[in-house]
Amino acid sequence: MANETETVVKHCQCSEVSEAELYERLTTIVRSQRTVPGALIPVLQTAQNLFGYLPENALRIISKELKIPYSEVAGVVGFYSYFSTVPKGKYTIRVCLGTACYVRGGQDVLRALQNELNINIGGTTPDRKFSLEVGRCFGACGLAPVVMVGDQTFQRVKPAKVGEILKSFE
Amino acid sequence: MKNTVYINKKAIEVESGTTILQAAAQAGIKIPTLCHLEGQIPKGACRVCMVDVEGAKNMVASCTTPVNDGMKITTNSREVREARKFVLELLLSEHCGDCKTCVRNDDCELQQLAIEMGVMEIAYPGEKLITRIDESTPALVRDSGKCIKCRRCLTVCNEVQGIGALAAQGRGFDSVIGPAFDNALEGVQCVQCGQCAAVCPVGAITEKEHIDYVWEAIEDPSKFVVVQTAPAIRAALGECFDYEPGTLVTGKMVSALRLIGFDRIFDTNFAADLTIMEEGTELLTRLKTALVDKKQVALPMFTSCSPGWIKYAEYFYPEFLNNISTCKSPQQMFGAVAKTYMAKKEKIDPKNIVVVSVMPCTAKKFEAGRDEMNASGYQDVDYVLTTRELARMIKQTGIDFKALDDDKMDSPLGQSSGAADIFANTGGVMEAAVRTAYELVTGKELPLKNLHIKEVTGLEGVKKASLKIEGCLPEWSFLEGVELKVGVAHGLGNARKIIEAVRAGETFHFIEIMTCPGGCIGGGGQPRFTTDEVRQKRIEAIYKEDEGKTIRKSHMNPEIVQIYEEFLKKPLGSISHSLLHTHYHERN
Repeated sequence: MANETETVVKHCQCSEVSEAELYERLTTIVRSQRTVPGALIPVLQTAQNLFGYLPENALRIISKELKIPYSEVAGVVGFYSYFSTVPKGKYTIRVCLGTACYVRGGQDVLRALQNELNINIGGTTPDRKFSLEVGRCFGACGLAPVVMVGDQTFQRVKPAKVGEILKSFE
Repeated sequence: MKNTVYINKKAIEVESGTTILQAAAQAGIKIPTLCHLEGQIPKGACRVCMVDVEGAKNMVASCTTPVNDGMKITTNSREVREARKFVLELLLSEHCGDCKTCVRNDDCELQQLAIEMGVMEIAYPGEKLITRIDESTPALVRDSGKCIKCRRCLTVCNEVQGIGALAAQGRGFDSVIGPAFDNALEGVQCVQCGQCAAVCPVGAITEKEHIDYVWEAIEDPSKFVVVQTAPAIRAALGECFDYEPGTLVTGKMVSALRLIGFDRIFDTNFAADLTIMEEGTELLTRLKTALVDKKQVALPMFTSCSPGWIKYAEYFYPEFLNNISTCKSPQQMFGAVAKTYMAKKEKIDPKNIVVVSVMPCTAKKFEAGRDEMNASGYQDVDYVLTTRELARMIKQTGIDFKALDDDKMDSPLGQSSGAADIFANTGGVMEAAVRTAYELVTGKELPLKNLHIKEVTGLEGVKKASLKIEGCLPEWSFLEGVELKVGVAHGLGNARKIIEAVRAGETFHFIEIMTCPGGCIGGGGQPRFTTDEVRQKRIEAIYKEDEGKTIRKSHMNPEIVQIYEEFLKKPLGSISHSLLHTHYHERN
């Protein structure tokens, strides 16, 4: 666990800003939103942009400053797949499992990626390079099955080729 | 404005804004619901309360639909019955529990409705909820498999108690009602009040049972097992045996406890009188320190009988911990004197004494296990049964409760005054303390009708009264002409209101706080289902018990006089200090 945390800090995309400074920024933002009705979701979005994910301490601060029970804050975070309480990798891989991609083997591609990266859906590799997610139609059904890595799209992906794709991100 | 609506062709007049569910209730028509809670904003979560409204595209949930003038509503038709049954079958298809072995068997609203609706098979065999049992806290057990997501628990926790330990986590089929990220309850700011368990329609939140431990102790010949029953039990236990709410069953309860096999049947009421002796003296001492010695002392003083309130203050208002009376609760005072004073009198080694409490409360289970509660050298109170658990024990013995004769509590911890009875309801501890303190200071009886402080009785959330003290005895002359200002709050949401008023500078000398709405008579361990009507009836029964006694003031209880003569010597004396008082600490 301790090692994981260390890795998190080392690889944080915002490493040019200290953690303390990020929390200070968050607190200032949350305080300015105290009286705004429905502020919780925008504040969570801001926090996720600041930290790259939603660390427990950030959620505690949001709960305390907005006077919303921590259980409720957690409920909102858990409801929306957009929010993540675990640090994300540098590249997010999205495997399309929309109808067209699904019938053309999207599931096999997903399985191949899970094996290759040794993580589950929603997981992040220990080196925080890749996160794996499932998408529902990227509007490129003619190219199925489709995989996105970061903002790059890969078409007609075969399970055997996923290793090659990942290597191109070395 | 009035609206006329037609329910099953019968015209009724209701205020505009009334929901269909409320309108039907006013017309004496029952619409089933598994999520509705009186006085709270309807959630429309369970979908069982569907009715047909003429002209509407689909059936509507009656709890969330306000009436319109001229609205034609059908609550009883084949379509409506089938729609409700369909919803019920879907709920049952997920519900992962076996009625036969569920602690709430025969006290389950889902089960009851399935009987009423004639559900004979689960037509949709599909995925079941995953059962995860959270036994992390001393008082409550959560079972995720049985939860039907009605949200009553989180409503009561957030809206009534203002704590927010529970909320909906996750989404869709995987959603659960629980603490943040569905972690263990032990890790969050839960005061163990059990109001969630009291409103849960199924067996998803229940008290942690102590029944088996109690049987084991009773059957162990080396153990001397004594039982104490809280004031609120006698006005509610009967409901578990089909008596009307508000039926006093004190005598039958004692008989049942004797048949169960307890060696002595004592009364928490005795300890309530003891609490008044200590707490009343403490209040007067604090007032003297402030008024005569002109020294800094924490005022207003808050009552300390309600363990949920203590834990609440430890979490949310630590700056007021010095204001809380140092008196332990009656349950804990009882345990401490049972294993010392009574042990000596009965010539029994306290290590062989087992103290069992019957409480209307789940937080008492937590309180009994607190580190501060070992004043006798042993855990002062060993096991705590809720009212519901006692009823289950009585049923396990096969006792015909209704046929029992009345019996009396044993000596020397069994006698009590009427002042002790009213500890059961909101305003009662305050009134009991004032009855004794006033007489102590003036030498005269509290000059109020029936000895009641009318302003602090009843179900209003925050109550206030002031009392001018006149005709003081010489040693209390510093109180002459003082307006004693008292406040009473019940339900922790109301507690917050009165504490915030104190913070804002409002003057009080003495404030009573009870964790549960209505006080202990509405406790988390009481028979289900507790509505305001039931609370009111239980309160009336308690006042009846009080008024029926010849001794109505704690200091007049002969067993109290005796324990001070033989053992404690004087209130706030050194023995009292070590056995009956404690301090609390901030909690994170």
